Amino acid sequence: MVLELQKPRPIWQIMFSTHHTDVGLLYLITSLAFLFLGGTLALAIRAELFLPGSQIIADSMTFNRMFTVHGTTLIFLFILPFASAVGNYLVPIMVRYKDMAYPKLNAIAFWMIPPAGALIWLGFADFTWYATPPYSIISAPGPAADMWIFGLKILGISSVLGAINFIVTILKCKHPDMSIGQVPLLAWSFLTSSLIVLVAIPTFAAALLMLLTDRLGVSGFFNPAMGGDPIAYAHLFWFTFHPEVYVLVIPAIGMMYEIIPRFSRKPIFSHSSGIFAFVLLSMVSFSSWAHHMYATGMSFTEKTVFMIGTLAAVPASAMHVFNFIATMWNGRIKFATPMMWAVGGIALFFSAGAGGVVNAAMPLDFQTHDSYWVVGHFHLFVMGTIAFGSIGFFYYIFPYVTGRMYNERMGQVHFVLSFIGTVLVFFTQHVLGLYGMPRRVYDYPPIPEWITMNQIASVGAMIIGVSMVIFLINMIYSSGKGKLADTDDPFNLGGKYYYPFEAKNPHH
Amino acid sequence: MGHHSNWPEWVYVGVVIALMVWVGAEAWNAERLVEHIPADAEVIKVTGQQWFWSFEHEDGTKEIGELHVKVGKAYKFEITSKDVNHSFNIHDYVVLLDAIPGRVNTVWFAPMEVGEHDIQCREYCGLIHYNMRGKLIVEEAEPSS
Ligand code: HEM
Ligand SMILES: [Cu+2]
Ligand SMILES: [Cu+2]
Repeated sequence: MVLELQKPRPIWQIMFSTHHTDVGLLYLITSLAFLFLGGTLALAIRAELFLPGSQIIADSMTFNRMFTVHGTTLIFLFILPFASAVGNYLVPIMVRYKDMAYPKLNAIAFWMIPPAGALIWLGFADFTWYATPPYSIISAPGPAADMWIFGLKILGISSVLGAINFIVTILKCKHPDMSIGQVPLLAWSFLTSSLIVLVAIPTFAAALLMLLTDRLGVSGFFNPAMGGDPIAYAHLFWFTFHPEVYVLVIPAIGMMYEIIPRFSRKPIFSHSSGIFAFVLLSMVSFSSWAHHMYATGMSFTEKTVFMIGTLAAVPASAMHVFNFIATMWNGRIKFATPMMWAVGGIALFFSAGAGGVVNAAMPLDFQTHDSYWVVGHFHLFVMGTIAFGSIGFFYYIFPYVTGRMYNERMGQVHFVLSFIGTVLVFFTQHVLGLYGMPRRVYDYPPIPEWITMNQIASVGAMIIGVSMVIFLINMIYSSGKGKLADTDDPFNLGGKYYYPFEAKNPHH
Repeated sequence: MGHHSNWPEWVYVGVVIALMVWVGAEAWNAERLVEHIPADAEVIKVTGQQWFWSFEHEDGTKEIGELHVKVGKAYKFEITSKDVNHSFNIHDYVVLLDAIPGRVNTVWFAPMEVGEHDIQCREYCGLIHYNMRGKLIVEEAEPSS
């Protein structure tokens, strides 16, 4: 089995390795490091907003840089690399192949991430994670903005290389005895999300170059002063990034498809409906990008088209929820740490989707757009669904990565605190949005309701912060000193569904 | 997967689809009504720039940071920007539309009560975005003496 930390090796052997579990380990450590870095920024932001006036951040420019780097980090340097870590560990094993299809390309895709992360963090740009022109052209200070652009460029290339590798590994390298329909749902999630990446990324890659040349003054694609159109950028951006949100969420759903049946000690309710919903989601994710742009002055007809496109994606998401619940139904459920995170994540996924439907309904979006509601909405996905699924999965593969068990009690406390914190922060932010508080503000007027709700949200964030410290201690302590795991059945599930990997990798 | 029947899932998917159709139809209808601008609406030109709002009434009067309107009248905002994107927002009246340089976006409203409301910017526009605020002052139709 995988057992990375049990037989110690010099660090450079892992760093220069192209073996999929080594690259997986590199992805894993990098993504968790960025989770803690990006999370720290979030705590600072919440501390600043605890009261009106200036609290701990000296000026608004610093604040603006912090939320920009916070968002960029957690999306591109935590969620995506974490998914790649899981994919690297498990996809080859699940399709019964010795490695990824292109091991060197795999290592290259990983090694693009640290320099990109360095560019983003050393630059510390302020123009939000959508870098909207003309602000990003005429107003955003360089070289931070340019470093961000190059960082994203590199991350985009890395994503595309990773996606090609997953697609080829699954379609071309899977064991001949295995039909595509038998490929486990986690691997299917990587197949579909990788296909989205290939179709979605080029648009933003082009927009980034155009933004750069606009900043250099040699073009004016998005600069109205030179006859350009900022709305064109918004279309190019969201054509990539609406589908991209499914690139983020689909692997997390895939991870839940591993955890839920194992800990329910039942097979998945419907494997084929899981596949169907993944494929459907990956297609309809391209029909709704301009639901982010209702307020840019689109015509009634355009808004209607994109509303329909958005609502059309909901049944596919809802099918996954059904599949999870039907799998747990009458199961002998064991609520160990990974299962808690997965079930909590599904509950938050459902709430997040309900809020999304409100955003999609055109007249309601004029209440919620660019208010704290939207911040609450997407955090219920990125934190409540994706981070929950990912953290649960991390606990799940911990014994396979380290050969040791984490501390179960600490894992459960971690979950309970994070869940309470997440509800406090992000449900409250929905309400705050309905009261009209705009997002991306360093300070706010002392409206009593706004103050109360900001305080609830800030306390919730601190609770999450505490839970993450417990997580960190548990991880560091247990990977060195935890009790040795029974790698055949680390979670004591017994029966037929105990091991997480359908087959063992012949390499180990 | 063969051995069990899947009809509950199809019923469930049917319910979700029906709900989405209902939400979509209601939203479509409401938006259609909301967007119908009354013919007698008075035009107010709204300009966003880093980091304040300025207004120009039909009769040529200009205001900065404050906007005075009369109760019971319909107004049509023509919104644009001089520099970067902003978003013109009177949350109490659900007026929200981006101010984009090189474009004019229109939205209308008709204040029904005398009072004061916050105007704010809801699109990130840099350093003082958080304080790009103004006041809407709704006055009696006939100035009382
Ligand atoms: C039921 C499915 C969903 C629906 C109906 C939905 C709908 C929407 C709509 C209409 C908006 C625009 C809100 C506005 O700016 O006014 C939005 C924003 C957003 N959604 Fe969703 N969404 C769904 C699922 C997801 C998923 C799965 C993710 C991420 C994994 C996600 C992430 C986001 C993000 C990041 C934004 C805000 C981006 C920004 O302005 O910074 N959404 N969603
Ligand atoms: Cu979207
Ligand atoms: Cu602004």
